[in-house]
Amino acid sequence: MAFKLSVNGKALSADVDPKMPLLWVLRDELGVLGPKFGCGIAQCGACTVHLDGHPARACVTPVSAVGAAKITTIEGIGASPAGKALQAAWAELDVAQCGYCQAGQIMSAAALLQKTPKPTDADIEAAMNGNLCRCATYNRIRAAIKRASGQPVEA
Amino acid sequence: MTIQPVGASRRDFIRASASAAGLVLACSLAPKAVADALSPATATGLNAYVKIAPDGVVTIFAKNPEIGQGVRTSLPMLIAEELDVAWENVRVEQAANDPAVFGRQFAGGSTAIPMNWQEMRRVGAVARAMLIEAAARTWNCPAGECSTTPGEVVHAASGRTLAYGPLAAQCASTTPPDPASVPLKDPKDYRIVGKPKAQYDTPKIVTGQPLFGIDIRRPGMLFATFAKAPVFGAKVAKADLAAARAVKGVRAAFVVDGGEELTGLLPGVAVVATSWWAARQGREALNIQWASHPTSAQGSAGFAARAAELAGGPPQKTLRNDGDAASAMQGAAKTVEAAYAYPFLAHAPMEPMNCTAEYKDGRMEVWAPTQAPEGCRQLIAKTLGLAPEQVIVHMIRAGGGFGRRGMVDYAVEAAWIAREAKAPVMLLWSREDDFRHDFYRVGGFHYLKGGLDAAGKLVAWQDHHVGYGAGGKPVIAGAIAPAEFPAGFVANCRLDSSLMDLGVPVGYWRAPGANAHAFVIQSFIDELAHAAGQDPVAFRLALLGDAKIVGEGREAYNAERARGVLKTVAGMSAWGKTSLPPRTGMGVAFHYSHQGYFAEVVRARVEPSGRVRPEKVWVAADVGSLIVNPSGALNQVQGAVIDGLSAALFQAITIEGGAVKQANFNTYPLLRMADAPQVEVKFLSTDYPPTGLGEPALPPAAPALGGAIFAATGVRIRQLPVDPGLLRA
Repeated sequence: MAFKLSVNGKALSADVDPKMPLLWVLRDELGVLGPKFGCGIAQCGACTVHLDGHPARACVTPVSAVGAAKITTIEGIGASPAGKALQAAWAELDVAQCGYCQAGQIMSAAALLQKTPKPTDADIEAAMNGNLCRCATYNRIRAAIKRASGQPVEA
Repeated sequence: MTIQPVGASRRDFIRASASAAGLVLACSLAPKAVADALSPATATGLNAYVKIAPDGVVTIFAKNPEIGQGVRTSLPMLIAEELDVAWENVRVEQAANDPAVFGRQFAGGSTAIPMNWQEMRRVGAVARAMLIEAAARTWNCPAGECSTTPGEVVHAASGRTLAYGPLAAQCASTTPPDPASVPLKDPKDYRIVGKPKAQYDTPKIVTGQPLFGIDIRRPGMLFATFAKAPVFGAKVAKADLAAARAVKGVRAAFVVDGGEELTGLLPGVAVVATSWWAARQGREALNIQWASHPTSAQGSAGFAARAAELAGGPPQKTLRNDGDAASAMQGAAKTVEAAYAYPFLAHAPMEPMNCTAEYKDGRMEVWAPTQAPEGCRQLIAKTLGLAPEQVIVHMIRAGGGFGRRGMVDYAVEAAWIAREAKAPVMLLWSREDDFRHDFYRVGGFHYLKGGLDAAGKLVAWQDHHVGYGAGGKPVIAGAIAPAEFPAGFVANCRLDSSLMDLGVPVGYWRAPGANAHAFVIQSFIDELAHAAGQDPVAFRLALLGDAKIVGEGREAYNAERARGVLKTVAGMSAWGKTSLPPRTGMGVAFHYSHQGYFAEVVRARVEPSGRVRPEKVWVAADVGSLIVNPSGALNQVQGAVIDGLSAALFQAITIEGGAVKQANFNTYPLLRMADAPQVEVKFLSTDYPPTGLGEPALPPAAPALGGAIFAATGVRIRQLPVDPGLLRA
């Protein structure tokens, strides 16, 4: 079945099984490699994308459920002020270790800042708790979100 | 990312680079090859780390695989420092897997800095000396009158300068100086080393550009899954290959006979398709029946029962016997006995195992996120019946390693499947495959007894370690060293060992051995401190004594460094000077492993439900005189500490019927952001050579947490993971 998708502002199409998760449509059919595969059951958040600005786990979202929603991935998030600020903060604070989960982390953080421009620690924990980091860069993720939102950063 | 075939040999590469792009530094690091390296005529023994383009852009080759430890940044920083260039002008490229040129190339044991830091400095210094030499020839002055500022050679007397770019081309045909004789910078003059630098790949990471194994793309590439038996090594009895082939997108489905060696190619069924999702659909249609296998008789409950049985009898082996522990126990004013246990653990790096392989014209080329590229090449060659020269391994940035990717089973599977499928293939494991076919951190049991004299001094120590192995030989990372602390610090010290057969594959998990033994030893020392009525820090300092070094040779333990980190962390955490709310406590532990001395204090709160919340961790670290990249170093320590807490609080791999029960992060949780404490780190600068940071911060975290839980609740954690059921208010 053919699906018309809007990915980072580009009109793309994929002729695939309606049940195929968006993650694999993006990665294996459309060559959009930023969203990562980590668990396949919405436990780790490495595949996080935005559908009309809301965070979604692409690994459990069938392509048929996307409809007309605009898809944004890590490759496109820098076009938004929040996304750009987060990418800059991530780089300045050298957040990553292996880096594999960080696309998903930034996407969850961008959805948070778009809704809550000055998040508290509790806001950050609530928004980010679905994203695992096996290298445990959580101290710096928290600091980078604070920095990107123009708040003071603790050590 | 599309990767072009590597057609040129190392020799071609060196020649081409020298003529087209300027200087390629050739100098040898292995003493044996120094003579060869200094003679350009024998190109085969050369190393090549540095290339300088006419426009001054410097390319530095990173020799070791990157798994998140930052080595693609830290080793090039050392070269750039001595070369004297601006870090902003440096481009980093991954070196080829070529141990003849680059020496040992692997990620493991926190060894990259101690094994390479001096050599990388000399690589940079040799290149700088060659550039100075070229400038001196141009100016017709003695080289000794020339110096450098970043990117150019300077003749101070005449005020002349020459940029590295144009000079580099003049170096191509010259003989490099002896690496051992080139002057190295005084560390106080460092401009790059010791300054925090973001990882080189950061811009790509934050914008989602392809970097990882899973991002490799080759023309005509297909995607594969590989189903292996839940019981390790069981053969395929029956599989419905036709059903798999009938799934849309599936191009091939076949049985792989495999062998019996658990580290190699095991039996299974491969499904190859146009997308990974299609391959997975095909796999679900296989309805595989597995042959019976003797390991199905093994399980975690059985191991625990057998360990208790062995603990009740004489040990199979005595590893150490100082003084007379039995008599000393009898004469002790007080004795303490306890049994400790810890589970098998999975590595679970965020990027599941994967490898891309392409077989063409008798040559197997693989793109492998691996910690052991040369081991990967050798295993593929052996299994596929190829000569090692016919196998090329590209080191690809790995989404985490933690020791898992030191084993290369997934790479040999990819190579086998690609050759069978007659197409480039990416093999990608599911998360379930990853949990059920790991090389686990081995579990174990310790039966301990300690004796205190009337003054509360530890006078006797007995530990019967029941682990796994056969014929007196422990499994990987399953041994306890006879010199393990507190051996040498207690007059009467006995260490016994008994082993059980194991059919479950085990391997290296971040800080192998230490990650388990530190929990047991430091927790039991905490019990003894309380039994002696002493403060846990004071008791430990008394145990460490006054000597600088205890033990000899490889077993030497630097008690002065251990005391240094312990005293420092006590100060950082205001140990003994803090009043805490109810059900909140602080615990302390220290450990020496991977050449680093670490002491840590954890403050944790225990909720009425028994849920433990680590609130803050203080870390004092002694890894010698130099921190190459302070940003990366802090990241490694914070990550290792939280990793240790994550395992201690939540994680266990359970074996039932010879197979692993857990399959994904819902049954094997990782610590999440809301549970992540702030980790404050202080690096002591001591007069010892710099050592690594991937591992040694991890071992003290679990016992310090256990001490905090005891302080908060009075309940001693003797088994991991922590059971909240024991801690309810």
